[in-house]
Amino acid sequence: MKFLTECKADATADLVYRVCPMHLLEPAEFLKDLQQGQVLEILTDYDGALEDIPAWCAKHGQEFIGICEHEDEDVFKLYIKKVH
Amino acid sequence: MKRVYLDHAAATPVRPEVLAAMLPYFRERFGNPSAVYDLGAEIKEVIEAERAKVARLIGAPAEHIIFTSCGAEANNLAVKGAALAHLKQGKHVIVSAIEHHSVLNSARYLEKFHDFEVTFLRVNKFGQVEAERLAKALTPGTVLVSIQQASNEIGTIQRLKELADLCREHGVLFHTDAVATAGYIPIDVRELDVDLLSLNGPALGGPKGIGALYFRRGLRLVPQIHSGIQESGRRGGTENVPGIVGLGVAAELAQEELAAKATHLKTLRDRLVKGVTDQISSAIYTGHPDERLPGHASFCFEGIEGEALVFMLNAKGICANTGSACASKALKVSPVLCAIGISPEVAQGSLVFTLSPDNSEEDIDYLLTELPLAVEKLRSFSPVWRKKMAAVSGGER
Repeated sequence: MKFLTECKADATADLVYRVCPMHLLEPAEFLKDLQQGQVLEILTDYDGALEDIPAWCAKHGQEFIGICEHEDEDVFKLYIKKVH
Repeated sequence: MKRVYLDHAAATPVRPEVLAAMLPYFRERFGNPSAVYDLGAEIKEVIEAERAKVARLIGAPAEHIIFTSCGAEANNLAVKGAALAHLKQGKHVIVSAIEHHSVLNSARYLEKFHDFEVTFLRVNKFGQVEAERLAKALTPGTVLVSIQQASNEIGTIQRLKELADLCREHGVLFHTDAVATAGYIPIDVRELDVDLLSLNGPALGGPKGIGALYFRRGLRLVPQIHSGIQESGRRGGTENVPGIVGLGVAAELAQEELAAKATHLKTLRDRLVKGVTDQISSAIYTGHPDERLPGHASFCFEGIEGEALVFMLNAKGICANTGSACASKALKVSPVLCAIGISPEVAQGSLVFTLSPDNSEEDIDYLLTELPLAVEKLRSFSPVWRKKMAAVSGGER
């Protein structure tokens, strides 16, 4: 897992409190609207996403950049770069 | 026997157009919208089309409508879902003292199980929340304010925009229960600038068992029904497709007919109110005299019990209610009437009429023939009324 201290994103998918497997369905929709090379930020409170999102990126040929986690926040921030 | 139904806040007959639209979804088009084969996928498209119709009625984007099982569930999701999703902001919610039980008890749930502080806001003699009072109740820890758009019990419409603006200024979420108003007065969530708004099917001439919640873009909600990814993961459970179709069609019809309906209802209501106040002494017209629902008339008749009056009218084929639909069986004085300063003795004699476009002038005239007789008869053997009359005549001597 790549941990980041900061990452800029071009769009954010706020999936906090949205039940599993929304974290695997919504990013694909958001990526459709992004250009190649742009970054999608995923906000989620579902810890299963920490394994699922990198695996989803590997399967679908997108680049998983890493995760940003702040102690004072209850959400995980995961970053994906659109490859195609 | 002639039947005159004047309790449309409690239940309405499903409109024939609505029922006709729903029927195919019980048998021929029964597929599960989550399924990927055509029988299911087609239904998913139907749901989205109906969502758009409901959204149009309140000026909202379609993707910001969540279908629920009823107005009460929409209120639960709004109050509990929004408050629990914003715990870091604080643990204080404000509701008016005259909210529906689904709002009041959701707030009490937060108080009991999640250590929230709840302020039950007092209203003025018309049942309106005053902006100054709300401003004083707001604290740095206030997360959510929930105030109904209109009361089903006294008909008063709130000055919602100024209350919502006040909450916006303070960064506090604002929810309104619009079950009593949707389809009766124009609603535009962008204009009102509310974060959450609840409505239901029956109030629009749709079926029971369906409601909807509007939520502002980006607003987080903790789901209250935990299941699959229906409603974009915000409300689990297989969709009530016939209900959703019924609500969509009812919303579309309500939007088309809004202006004409309001005019018709207001004419009938004014006839009813004038007739009652002209013919019956000591009849208190409760709620706001002008800023009220077009088809709503509510009274308190001194010296009698509303429930006895309901039975007397029932014997003549007239259906009316005493207190709100949910409170009338609770055998206690309506908290709404107490909140607007009606004494418990007088509040016992409450009677509520809620009209629909199906009602006619003949219905109102029939009521105006039977109601004064029923009130007179009940008062004739009421010790409370005799005491009042003795005091009046004693005073005259």
